Amino acid sequence: MPFGQGRSGGGGGGRGRAGDKKPGDKEKGQRRTLFRRRKVCKFCADKIDDINYKDVKLIGPFVPERGKILPRRISGTCAKHQRKLQTAIKRARQIALIPYVTE
Amino acid sequence: MADRQYELVYILPPDSTEAQVAEVQTQIEEVVTRLHGTIASTDNWGRKRLAYEIARHKEGFYVLQTINGSGELMKELDRRLKVMDIVIRQMIVRVDEDKKVVDTVQTRRRTNSERRRVKRGLPPQRQPGEGRPAGEPDDQDDDRFEVGEV
Repeated sequence: MPFGQGRSGGGGGGRGRAGDKKPGDKEKGQRRTLFRRRKVCKFCADKIDDINYKDVKLIGPFVPERGKILPRRISGTCAKHQRKLQTAIKRARQIALIPYVTE
Repeated sequence: MADRQYELVYILPPDSTEAQVAEVQTQIEEVVTRLHGTIASTDNWGRKRLAYEIARHKEGFYVLQTINGSGELMKELDRRLKVMDIVIRQMIVRVDEDKKVVDTVQTRRRTNSERRRVKRGLPPQRQPGEGRPAGEPDDQDDDRFEVGEV
């Protein structure tokens, strides 16, 4: 599932509607917010109960290039699973399965 | 008090000899038996690339052990491993409580689904060939999309 999709469309639906807009703005606005995918927690959807620090394949997508933990607002993970994911990532970092930082 | 279950992961340098590995192993066993614990399982992951350098090593030899025992045992074991120069990294994690939670969640999910299936007049377990074929992801297009207008 592609993360970060539809983020640009945020901005609050109401605000964009304000009357006087430059034509350029309008065009851009229409193009980028046709569809927005509702984000679904991967762990809820796939019924994964155990987020284990040893399972790098599972955790990997939530640790992008830089090595930071992907925030909930982008990945769509629910609060409960984000907490578990967080401990799993931190443990995996301790035993060098996942980097702390990558330049 | 019932024994707790812990997982111990430790990393040895990739160039360590068989004898050195066995030496560490016997030392751990010695501590575990002395403090009335048991080693439930040992799993050699073998050589793996480290995500970052530890003591100038780019690779490491991983060993995972599941140990039943008391907190004092693990404390002592951790201390001993820290002292050993050959162990470049170790981590101890308590697992029994998490395991229990996962078990209850899974059994509850299973019983609930069985109950619902029986209610619908179906056999409690999923029959082969029933439902969506595996490997074919469900069509995410329709209800997961929200039409947003600006």
